Amino acid sequence: MSNIVDARGLSCPQPVLLTVEKMKQFKAGKLEILVDTESAVENVKRAVIGNNWTVEVVNEANGEYNIRATKT
Amino acid sequence: MKKNMFATRWGIITVGLIIGAIASLLQYFGNPPNMGICVACFERDIAGAVGLHRAGVVQYLRPEVIGFVLGSFAAALIFGEFKARGGSAPISRFILGVFAMIGALVFLGCPWRTVLRIAGGDGNAIVGLAGLIAGIWIGTLFFKAGYNPGRSYKSHGSSGLVFPLIMLGLLVLMLIYPQISGQNKSGVLFYSLKGPGAAHASIIISIGAGLLIGFLAQRSRFCTMGAFRDLILFRQLHLLLGLVALLAAAFIVNLLVGQFNPGFSGQPVAHTDGLWNFLGMTLAGLAFALAGGCPGRQLFLTGEGDSDAAIFVVGMIVGAAFAHNFGLASSPKGIGPNGAIAVIVGLVVCAFLGLTMRKKTS
Repeated sequence: MSNIVDARGLSCPQPVLLTVEKMKQFKAGKLEILVDTESAVENVKRAVIGNNWTVEVVNEANGEYNIRATKT
Repeated sequence: MKKNMFATRWGIITVGLIIGAIASLLQYFGNPPNMGICVACFERDIAGAVGLHRAGVVQYLRPEVIGFVLGSFAAALIFGEFKARGGSAPISRFILGVFAMIGALVFLGCPWRTVLRIAGGDGNAIVGLAGLIAGIWIGTLFFKAGYNPGRSYKSHGSSGLVFPLIMLGLLVLMLIYPQISGQNKSGVLFYSLKGPGAAHASIIISIGAGLLIGFLAQRSRFCTMGAFRDLILFRQLHLLLGLVALLAAAFIVNLLVGQFNPGFSGQPVAHTDGLWNFLGMTLAGLAFALAGGCPGRQLFLTGEGDSDAAIFVVGMIVGAAFAHNFGLASSPKGIGPNGAIAVIVGLVVCAFLGLTMRKKTS
């Protein structure tokens, strides 16, 4: 089962919806969520933190973002 | 990534308060009652101003809408968020825009005006709000069942500029052909001599208010549909706090300037047919949910270069033309002769798209 959510180009609420589904599947561990708008970054971050995972955002060079969600 | 203070809890609340206060003040300065800002009504007025429909009482090239797009465009440029993109189910989004508008015009207001009508004391709008929430709830069922309109892709910068440039072009037209007192036409533009289309604040106030709201809403991602969708789908209050703040500020300003008149009958630009107030907004809420944003949010997204949102907006403007040409739009006397059947057709179309657009993305 992949731990990557590719939500690039998806409109609201897909990035959050896919991230929440993935967090439910994995329950703990490391996830990577790929998005390409800042509003998606904010929304996904809010959902990740709201589910008690920790979050780190890495800016990719081409205007894309790699959001890393972790729960131990 | 820069910290975006508007995306915080207090950021969205502040933006909601500012929008609510401005909306009520726009009414004070001349906009129609309980219609300081109504994205659907104002796009309908724009459709009338350029002659797509000829309902004489709703023709005015509303500068607020132009300001929404250009204010958002400015914010997107300043903060590096302008990204030309598009290609996510364009014709479906167009049709969703058409039926969102038809539903809104059966009720007589978009989600923004629903809240402003409540803030002005219009009890019918509580029924409309219930319908809106029902429509959004149905939308979340489709999302849970796998509805996904698919990805958008990066596009040429110029394609993202097209919609902001159209808005700039409309503003130029309005400056070339300003309203002439007592005349229903100025150059190519139509104006209303009576009715809601004749009620408006001055161009300077309207465009200024639009620009400010466009700027703030782009930063805060303010969305009246997302407010309920996120609550239902994710138990998240963030966007709803913004909407509640809008309601509270509009209510307080209405009290202060004497614009609060509670009741059901005789409310301005409203009718009392509860069933169709409810179902009209159910259709609108469902269409906004499937398209991923309220009519305001769609305008703000166009400012970021989102062509899919632009197509939705064009769908709304065309939908307004059909609504008036085909007798679908309501009036204070009640629903239009073909309004009920149009809402039913719209619900069927939305259900069809919701059930069939289940593209796998992973």
